[in-house]
Amino acid sequence: MTMQQTDMATYNFAYLDEQTKRMIRRAILKAIAIPGYQAPFASREMPMPYGWGTGGVQVTAAILGPDDVLKVIDQGADDTTNAVSIRAFFQRVANVAVTTHTKDATVIQTRHRIPEETLRKGQVLVYQVPIPEPLRYLEPRETETRKMHALEEYGLMHVKLYEDIARNGHIATTYAYPVKVEGRYVMDPSPTPKFDNPKMHMSEALQLFGAGREKRIYALPPHTEVVSLDFEDHPFEVQKFDQPCALCGAEGVYLDEVILDDKGGRMFVCSDTDHCEKRREEGHRGPLAAEAPEMHS
Amino acid sequence: MSDQPLLRVNAVTKYYGGRIGCDEVTFSLWPGEVLAVVGESGSGKTTLLNCISTRLPPTSGTVEYRMRDGQMRDLYRMGEAERRLLMRTDWGFVHQNPADGLRMTVSAGANVGERLMAVGDRHYGKIRAAAGDWLGRVEIDVDRIDDQPRDFSGGMRQRLQIARNLVTGPRLVFMDEPTGGLDVSVQARLLDLVRSLVADLGLSAIVVTHDLAVARLLSHRMLVMKDGHVIEHGLTDRVLDDPQEPYTQLLVSSILQV
Repeated sequence: MTMQQTDMATYNFAYLDEQTKRMIRRAILKAIAIPGYQAPFASREMPMPYGWGTGGVQVTAAILGPDDVLKVIDQGADDTTNAVSIRAFFQRVANVAVTTHTKDATVIQTRHRIPEETLRKGQVLVYQVPIPEPLRYLEPRETETRKMHALEEYGLMHVKLYEDIARNGHIATTYAYPVKVEGRYVMDPSPTPKFDNPKMHMSEALQLFGAGREKRIYALPPHTEVVSLDFEDHPFEVQKFDQPCALCGAEGVYLDEVILDDKGGRMFVCSDTDHCEKRREEGHRGPLAAEAPEMHS
Repeated sequence: MSDQPLLRVNAVTKYYGGRIGCDEVTFSLWPGEVLAVVGESGSGKTTLLNCISTRLPPTSGTVEYRMRDGQMRDLYRMGEAERRLLMRTDWGFVHQNPADGLRMTVSAGANVGERLMAVGDRHYGKIRAAAGDWLGRVEIDVDRIDDQPRDFSGGMRQRLQIARNLVTGPRLVFMDEPTGGLDVSVQARLLDLVRSLVADLGLSAIVVTHDLAVARLLSHRMLVMKDGHVIEHGLTDRVLDDPQEPYTQLLVSSILQV
């Protein structure tokens, strides 16, 4: 808000020019119309390397308005490099309000996680996607995978899960776990842990996926059926943690391992930093909370 | 054998630009019958096989197939989805090089189970049991079920490829030089296996080979091709014992006698 007008003059609102934003919005509309379908778009060069969220940034730039409140997370955290730099980028080029609070945000760009707090109507979750094609693991030909999507030939997806069970005794895929959308398209939910898959199902929020290098956008409109693939005798299940968050004591949330020293000391803390801070403000305490330094947002 | 053909090939012609691949080939295949297509390298055998199995659209001519409901359907007038479904359920295709027909980076069990999963099988235990059963039937030890085909010998790979094709109980199997690249004793075992499987399951098959011994052992009837044309056809024993065309006579007489 304290930006000088002279700085703004060098950029169009939200960095991309209006024609590019219209092109991306068309792809987004198409993707929303066909849930789970990978709509191609003319991905642009962005001032960041591929793999740092060029797809997500373009989607965010195309949907952002002056009144939006933006939150950016990387692995659930608001304070890691990728999150901080993308948030600063949009503050600079769009002059929008930013927040770390999930409930205050209208647009949330994420790499890997869905916030623990249930998203509500009107919010948009933008995912940064490295490889949008779920069938790529077993079928390297793009022409062939497109045909397989068109003809709904998804047997190959189960071959991958079969291999998992044959090698490990259980489905060992823990992230980028394939889902079927509205009984039609099989979709890669980007490298989110499978812990978050159930949150996609029937979500009230709009979910948009942008893959910059692969030039694909796909979407889950609100209230879309999202089913994780599995076998009848090996049903889908999410990760379970045998201890609560060390800082806020939360259970049933996704935890990150933090190494404390070189003597094997470690703790498990909420990957969603906003959720963790909120709980601590409310007075929840985990077993290591007293020793941990106070965190700021 | 039924009195109605399973497959009817009518004047199938394939041109590669001005060059002939195969020219005006017409024949029918009846249920339970094994047909061998023989001829030297470049005679159009594989082109013909690819045209019939919808892997290569012919320049002209039709290929009709009797579906499980008894309807005779023109393969090239079907939708692609239906054709691909047919290829992975009711048909099998055994490639000369097993690496073309197998997924080399997934286990033997997943290779055999892939077709089952493709038609909607979603029970891991049942898929694995079926895969184990089929490995046994093609004489691969069941304890190799989790090994990848790249750890298998050439003969084992070829047998695995056959199991992978037969698991959905197809009615028609195409084989392109199934014993090519295998040494003689392995060839003999494989032929023995294929012959008993074909007889037990009542399969129809079209076998492309340059090896007359393979044709003699496996097939009931044979077509002899030269320069894209079918120059002679008839019962295998008749063609091999009493060849009419000079080229066929040459082919038969050039078999090494040990």
